[in-house]
Amino acid sequence: MKSLAELQAIKDRMKDKVILREGSSDVRVVVGMATCGIAAGARPVLNTFVEEVNKEGLSEKVTVSQTGCIGICQFEPVVEIFEAGKEKVTYVKMDAEKAKRVVSEHLKGGKVVTEYTIANNA
Amino acid sequence: MIRAHVLICGGTGCTSSGSKAIQAAFTDAIAKNGLEDEIKLVQTGCFGLCALGPVVIVYPDGTFYSRVTPEDVEEIVSEHLLKGRVVERLAYTDTGKEVAEVAASEISLSDTAFYKSQNRVVLRNCGVIDPENIEEYIAMDGYQALGKVLTEMTPEEVIKVVTDSGLRGRGGGGFPTGRKWSLCAPNKAPQKYVVCNADEGDPGAFMDRSVLEGDPHCIIEAMAIAGYAIGATQGYVYVRAEYPIAVKRLQIAIDQAREYGLLGKDIFGSGFDFDLHIRLGAGAFVCGEETALMTSIEGNRGEPRPRPPYPAVKGLYESPTVENNVETFANIPQIILRGADWFASMGTEKSKGTKVFALGGKIKHTGLVEIPMGTTLREIIEDIGGGIPNGKKFKAAQTGGPSGGCIPASLIDTEVDYDNLIAIGCMMGSGGMIVMDEDNCMVDMAKFFLEFTVDESCGKCTPCRVGTKRLLEMLDKITKGQGTLEDLDELERLCYYIKENSLCGLGQTAPNPVLATLRFFRDEYVAHVVDKKCPAGVCKDLLKFEIDKDKCIGCGMCARQCPASAISKTDYIAPGKKLPAHEIDPNKCVKCGACMSVCKFKAISKK
Repeated sequence: MKSLAELQAIKDRMKDKVILREGSSDVRVVVGMATCGIAAGARPVLNTFVEEVNKEGLSEKVTVSQTGCIGICQFEPVVEIFEAGKEKVTYVKMDAEKAKRVVSEHLKGGKVVTEYTIANNA
Repeated sequence: MIRAHVLICGGTGCTSSGSKAIQAAFTDAIAKNGLEDEIKLVQTGCFGLCALGPVVIVYPDGTFYSRVTPEDVEEIVSEHLLKGRVVERLAYTDTGKEVAEVAASEISLSDTAFYKSQNRVVLRNCGVIDPENIEEYIAMDGYQALGKVLTEMTPEEVIKVVTDSGLRGRGGGGFPTGRKWSLCAPNKAPQKYVVCNADEGDPGAFMDRSVLEGDPHCIIEAMAIAGYAIGATQGYVYVRAEYPIAVKRLQIAIDQAREYGLLGKDIFGSGFDFDLHIRLGAGAFVCGEETALMTSIEGNRGEPRPRPPYPAVKGLYESPTVENNVETFANIPQIILRGADWFASMGTEKSKGTKVFALGGKIKHTGLVEIPMGTTLREIIEDIGGGIPNGKKFKAAQTGGPSGGCIPASLIDTEVDYDNLIAIGCMMGSGGMIVMDEDNCMVDMAKFFLEFTVDESCGKCTPCRVGTKRLLEMLDKITKGQGTLEDLDELERLCYYIKENSLCGLGQTAPNPVLATLRFFRDEYVAHVVDKKCPAGVCKDLLKFEIDKDKCIGCGMCARQCPASAISKTDYIAPGKKLPAHEIDPNKCVKCGACMSVCKFKAISKK
């Protein structure tokens, strides 16, 4: 180790890999992963969220986790986004492509993708 | 892409309750469910809640699974990791509230009663990072403090920050760390040394082991900082050979630090060289005393030597040396990074920062806790420790091991710091805290620690070698019911004699358990010598087992259980007759209590 910059480079590279252990952050993305969700294709949705959040450098701010059956099986895969101080947003009938858009527009841009929300699909 | 981490405790406690098998089961189950690319398994150091081990934590949810068995693993993987459903029956959710109506998935680790009141500085990485991976330590600000010290600060500035923080030696003595360094720094010598005392010998104490097992790099970093501050280029960690996991992880950490150039020549291009070696101790208690420890590193018999000269002037290999305890070192990187004021904002007026305690004995949550100095004993025992099991009453807490004293129930609101404990005739010690309830005999407890010091006295000076032996004989006499009131006075006199005349800390503190119990529990000593009774029912020679004739139905359970055939048996009885009650022959009875534990009618009592 010859310089602080070298140390900082390792820290930056590793930070994303341990950030998960700091527990829930400000924004929580929860994917319904019960039997109904998995059957409807929730796994690619979950994995896309994890990948995109990391790719966009949002891992310090956003936690992606799973939950069981939310109770609206006909709308699976369901994704809920919780943000401190805001009403939760429920996206329904998600897929990997839609997930990508939610990450870039909602999580990064701060604008809810209304066409995927439950209000517009019920 | 990894979306969840499964942390499995690899501390000594959880390893002995089977965490290795659990790790293997997780590897299999994750592969079986095809989750290798999504879930990362991490072996960490101690989480602290050893009583509930083996412990597994799943992040990002922060779900805390306790007492996990290999059979549970498949369920955790298929339910929680695959489907996102917390396995409620295994989740630890004790928030200390009377009714826990909240679902387990809503309770995170920091909400539980055990963790809520803790403040983790020394243990901040224990149970969070993989101790065998230097990059995880670096991700958690590791080696930043060393970088800052070497590139931005002079040695004098480093010492000033440590002095201003108010950090005091965590090995038990409480000597200000900054002053220790500043006494050594000006001494000129061709070679100076930094020594880490990891010879943790108090029965029941395992703070230092847990730090070495869970976060070994922070010790390496702190020792290099100390080396820079005092002008030493060589360090030794003296650790007990009984700590194989700690030794292994520390060696891995040292090798990694050398590979990354964080030990060795010209660290951070500053021109500063520092290297580190491990020396294994053979487990002699006296080697925790600083001069004996250095003598042992030199390859000689571990015996203390008189001070002065102090180690700051003539220590290891007759060279100026700074020696600090593991926990003291573990505070250093944080103090450098976050500043003296941050550290001094925690704790009491004269005791700054936090202290780690190893909770043991009659307490629900045995394990490792870190609390700010000045936390009351009541909070430690009732809130964090979860109270006394089986509805028993708290009697006393023993701190400081064989060198310490005890805090009786009447002083449970004492704020725990160096000076308050000394004021009540106790001491902080290295952090072992053994909780005792009404079933513990204080004379017996004092005798236990005396047996330990008699065994561990190195024999160099007479007051300790002979004096402790005489003390033990007197205690033995008392517990056998042969003592007199004059013996109690003689006991006390001898205690003070040993304290004043012994060469090193071992002898000077050996009588403390006796003095403390005499001070707070003199009535128990008097009961032993005057009434010939042991109020707690521990000292066998003073006990008498009796069978209540009205309660006994003559079933024969006790007689079959008795290893000494001391209980009467009925061989034949005429049909229709009632079985006669059993009787115990006091001459044959060995007072093992086996009969009492099998009697279904509570007919047997000990007095």
